[in-house]
Amino acid sequence: MTSVEPSQSARPAGGEELEDLELRLLLEGVFRRYGFDFREYAPASLRRRVWRRVHAERLGTISGLTEKLLHDEATMERLLLDLSVNVTAMFRDPTFYVAFRQKVVPVLRTHPFTRIWVAGCSTGEEVYSLAILLQEEGVYERARIYATDINESVLDRARGGVFPLEKMREYTQNYIRAGGTRAFSEYYVAAYDGAQFQRSLIENVVFAQHNLVSDRSFNEFHVIVCRNVMIYFEKKLQDHVHGLFYESLPTFGILALGHKESIRFSPFEDRYEELDNGEKLYRKVV
Amino acid sequence: MYELICIGASWGGLSAVGRLLADISEDVTLPIAIAQHRHPGALEGTLRELLALQIRRPVTDVEDKTPIEPCRVYLAPPDYHLLVEPGSFALSLDERVQFARPSIDVLFESAADAYGDRVIGVILTGANEDGAAGLARIKARGGVAIVQDPRGAERRVMPDAALAATVADAVLPLEEIGKFLYGLCVTPAVTQR
Repeated sequence: MTSVEPSQSARPAGGEELEDLELRLLLEGVFRRYGFDFREYAPASLRRRVWRRVHAERLGTISGLTEKLLHDEATMERLLLDLSVNVTAMFRDPTFYVAFRQKVVPVLRTHPFTRIWVAGCSTGEEVYSLAILLQEEGVYERARIYATDINESVLDRARGGVFPLEKMREYTQNYIRAGGTRAFSEYYVAAYDGAQFQRSLIENVVFAQHNLVSDRSFNEFHVIVCRNVMIYFEKKLQDHVHGLFYESLPTFGILALGHKESIRFSPFEDRYEELDNGEKLYRKVV
Repeated sequence: MYELICIGASWGGLSAVGRLLADISEDVTLPIAIAQHRHPGALEGTLRELLALQIRRPVTDVEDKTPIEPCRVYLAPPDYHLLVEPGSFALSLDERVQFARPSIDVLFESAADAYGDRVIGVILTGANEDGAAGLARIKARGGVAIVQDPRGAERRVMPDAALAATVADAVLPLEEIGKFLYGLCVTPAVTQR
């Protein structure tokens, strides 16, 4: 058996390392067999996530994982969770929600009806945060939130609205700093080790599977929220998704990105103006 | 030739990192990436401003896909992992590693994956074991592993763990690391002829 540990002598100068090749073959296999396309995800995070699955399956190599998942759908489902669940928190970056209240809500008040797309909603923390904010601002009744994710099973978790009880202290602090106007505990009841959030928060939420990589725009939205999703994508895929968002926004539609993301250097840079740069809130102008 | 210096620090790191950066000659043109453990709610920009008072190199808070350029110092933002891709940085919100985000292991391991033997890793003071696995990866890929001498470190757990995980190329008091980096990275003009 040949060692898979890259060594000085075995490495072709400037060439591809064995591990890179294995990773590429795995992504190709996942795409051809199951249709999920992770080939343009940013490699550094992707590699860590794949290795986490390799170890969890008690395998020794990425190729071993490739073999297993090609023959076993359950393994693929587990890898899909590893690759597509983006960790987030309720009211993460509280200042973003303050800016949303101050700069986006007044715009929403001018519309008789508002469609908001939370793209890559994962387990739903951001969706519930937004719903709470919209309720408190009195605009939830005439809003609809479309919450989409590539992964059907995280959407189920999002629909369920149960979040770990031990997170509530952190989320309560975030909520207060985000400008919350009530007691955060009014929004959930503790059940066993979970916090069950009020069903009324998702009355106007449509959860649906949507793949940012391969699916097209499906509506026009006044606001698109896509925070800390594209950081896992390579530049080319980011540009593609920016195109999708641009198509899905009317003039003066609003795009919200994560604190460390930017529309700068994307082909759509000139099509937006900053509504609040620090918070990465942009308005489509052309 | 080397392409990137990575520095990891935790408890006591704020002053140690400042001191080390101030010691690195301006003739060292390699980019420098830093993972310093901070409180998740730490204010953006404070570490950058602090360092800017002490050193003349430009200091950047990394955003997604920030390109890696010579002479600059790059800081992992609070509550994100900082990763290295060939030519640019990436960020992630994946679970904390060893209770830390940014994690030194994540930075070092991704740097070793992206740049192979052209990475120099430096582990400074700290009260946990983050960075040990990352430094071992840099070393395994043929890069250079430097560890602050635990005897002089404000907290020695981190340098001790790094030394247990890999054979360091140099174990040095903080004030000598800058000089060592100069020796590694700057070729004297006389030998270039």
